[in-house]
Amino acid sequence: MLGRTASSLFWMSRYNERAENMTRLLEVAYRIAMTPRFASDAEEDWRSTLVSAGCCTGFEEKYEEFTQKNAVNYLLFDRDNPSSVRSSIEQARNNARSVRTAITSEMWESLNETYIGFSEVRPQHMTDDKLPDFLNWVKQRAMLFRGALLGTLMRNDGYYFSQLGAFIERADNTARILDVKYWILLPDNEVIGGSLDTYQWSTILRSVSANRSYRHAYRDSSLKAFNVAEFLILRKEMPRSLAYCYDWIEDCMSDLTESYGEKLLSHDMATDTHGLLTQQTMEEIFQNGLHEFLTDFIARNNGLSHQLSADYNFA
Amino acid sequence: MEELRFFDEMLDESGGARAPYRDLAKWLEGKNPAELRKKSREAEVIFRRLGITFAVYGTSEATERLIPFDIMPRIISASEWRRLSAGIDQRVKALNAFLHDIYHRQEIIRAGRIPADLIIQNEAFLPEMIGFTPPARVYAHIIGTDIVRVGQNEFYVLEDNTRTPSGVSYMLENRETMMRLFPDLFRKYRVAPVEHYPDLLKETLKSVAPDGVEDPTICVLTPGIFNSAYFEHAFLADTMGAELVEGRDLYVEGGKVWMRTTRTPQQVHVIYRRIDDAFLDPLTFRPESMLGVPGLFDAYRAGNVTICNAPGTGIADDKAIYAYVPDIIEFYTGQKPILNNVPTWNCAKEDDLKYVLDHLSEVVVKEVHGSGGYGMLIGPTSSKRELAEFRKRLEANPRNYIAQPTLSLSTCPTHSSSGVAPRHVDLRPYVLVGDKVRITPGGLTRVALKKGSLVVNSSQGGGTKDTWVLED
Repeated sequence: MLGRTASSLFWMSRYNERAENMTRLLEVAYRIAMTPRFASDAEEDWRSTLVSAGCCTGFEEKYEEFTQKNAVNYLLFDRDNPSSVRSSIEQARNNARSVRTAITSEMWESLNETYIGFSEVRPQHMTDDKLPDFLNWVKQRAMLFRGALLGTLMRNDGYYFSQLGAFIERADNTARILDVKYWILLPDNEVIGGSLDTYQWSTILRSVSANRSYRHAYRDSSLKAFNVAEFLILRKEMPRSLAYCYDWIEDCMSDLTESYGEKLLSHDMATDTHGLLTQQTMEEIFQNGLHEFLTDFIARNNGLSHQLSADYNFA
Repeated sequence: MEELRFFDEMLDESGGARAPYRDLAKWLEGKNPAELRKKSREAEVIFRRLGITFAVYGTSEATERLIPFDIMPRIISASEWRRLSAGIDQRVKALNAFLHDIYHRQEIIRAGRIPADLIIQNEAFLPEMIGFTPPARVYAHIIGTDIVRVGQNEFYVLEDNTRTPSGVSYMLENRETMMRLFPDLFRKYRVAPVEHYPDLLKETLKSVAPDGVEDPTICVLTPGIFNSAYFEHAFLADTMGAELVEGRDLYVEGGKVWMRTTRTPQQVHVIYRRIDDAFLDPLTFRPESMLGVPGLFDAYRAGNVTICNAPGTGIADDKAIYAYVPDIIEFYTGQKPILNNVPTWNCAKEDDLKYVLDHLSEVVVKEVHGSGGYGMLIGPTSSKRELAEFRKRLEANPRNYIAQPTLSLSTCPTHSSSGVAPRHVDLRPYVLVGDKVRITPGGLTRVALKKGSLVVNSSQGGGTKDTWVLED
């Protein structure tokens, strides 16, 4: 397989994942804007959404105010924002387009239809009442593509690269969401445990579509900072947790190593990070510092992406 | 100007349907306009979803557009096709013999059949190719012969397209679409299949692999996703099961061409290139080219890789050489041409230029190296001002132009806003030359969708049709 093909498959899936994650962040932010305030103000909520999306610096270069209109436009439609939903969809499609021969027609058609549908929407017509439906549509389109991929793509090196792209992006997204509000997850907060905290915790869970599954995973089902953190970091049943992502990444790396008959540095890096998530308890992570843990994780995850690119000639 | 008479491929002089169109005419009687409009819209949705698009140069908006697809088939009888394919076969063999000759002993020049200047000073002639013989002596492997029809048995070859003809993916997708849209109509006819074209292409490319390579690695070399024909490049690579590569995916080492893969480099044996000669190899041709592969030409000359079509084949479809193709056919095959050439005035010649200037409102003038319908003049449909402007350009640089009589292109029934109406068409069958000549029955019919227009190019508002060659 061409190095460029591997790279395009990696980024195709990564951008599809990003489009979905951005959309989910927007959904949650929109919901916050609809909900009666708990002491916090609207500007601060949008700022925090932009930080979670990793887009705050670019936003501030372009806009003065953290208003809903500006934020939605920047996160959803703006081509100047390389991580906006529009940019992500276009990047996913461009990458797919350049490897048309390595993907199935079902995959291509689902991405292409998303692109066409998205292009037909005029940002100025995206009023508040239409936004939820539209966000839901984008999310479903991203899921459709994932389904097309899982249902039709050959399980060879191309598949592994696409999965690595998707799960590195997902891990990054979950880690970022946690890190932006890490202080409200610290056990000290448990004592306070007021309705504001409960509200913030559920917001975090919603950002990763985990609000309901949390209730099933924890038997007494009340929201606790410790449990929320554990759920999103160490619990393998949760498909957006860091541990789940690295289980999947570790499997893909093993498959790659096997199919090429050679173990490269990227595999060792993935194994190390995987170890951090399987050989520690949540207590230990809190002891050593949650913020430090997350910062280290984000850097490692990013490092893995770079090393893959070097090991497999992404060019 | 005198009224041009056009050959209607469906209706004869008395208004009855000609044999190949009889079933279509009967079928059409039972269809109302709303039904056809619905089918036409369905077709557009199919094409857009598949992403069958092309880019129009010179427009800043949407870089990707659909080529309009017309839902009425163009139908060619088995006997008409036999004659056409015999003519094409003769022509592509002669052109390959010509290419071999001018890059070797140049017998045709010695025999005084073609002026030496026309070859040697031609931009499309590549001195780098002199003395080199590609595998199977084939230069032009993939050819799209542009043919127009003006009467029952009158066909003219307009252009030979021996460089990198495009459009074959439309031939294939048009057929798929027609089968999906009109299964009932399709079943009424015995239509020769075209879907095996990618297999024929692969066999052809395999047959010209470097000597001793049993199982060659084939790739399609594309300029990238922003090229107007990118969809087709990907489509062909995909349907052949070949690798789709860009210049940066290849490199030359030890006189061989390699693909940069995720692990061990893989040797490439046959390159179906969809980039022009000038961009192939910055070391040999245009140094600033980012599309090509440095050292590729040396690897080619060393016989370690086959490039299809061969560099330097452009000379065979040069518009100035075109006038000599009948001589070329006679010279190399010893036979009379089966298909006619369009009479051509070479504006570099003083007498010819005078004739063209005197009859500018009657003729079609084309740039010698132009393509895609850009920069041409169609005398009869041009305004006085357009004629005057073109006259200036022509006088300033006559060598740059050739002229031909305005051909009365045949018409085919075409779906339009005012129902089914005749529109002008041409035909591009696709020919493959390797260990033997392989012609796919059918081709791309291009149609001028505007009423009365004679320009079928997609860049100028033309569309395409599925072309049905009937079996006996």
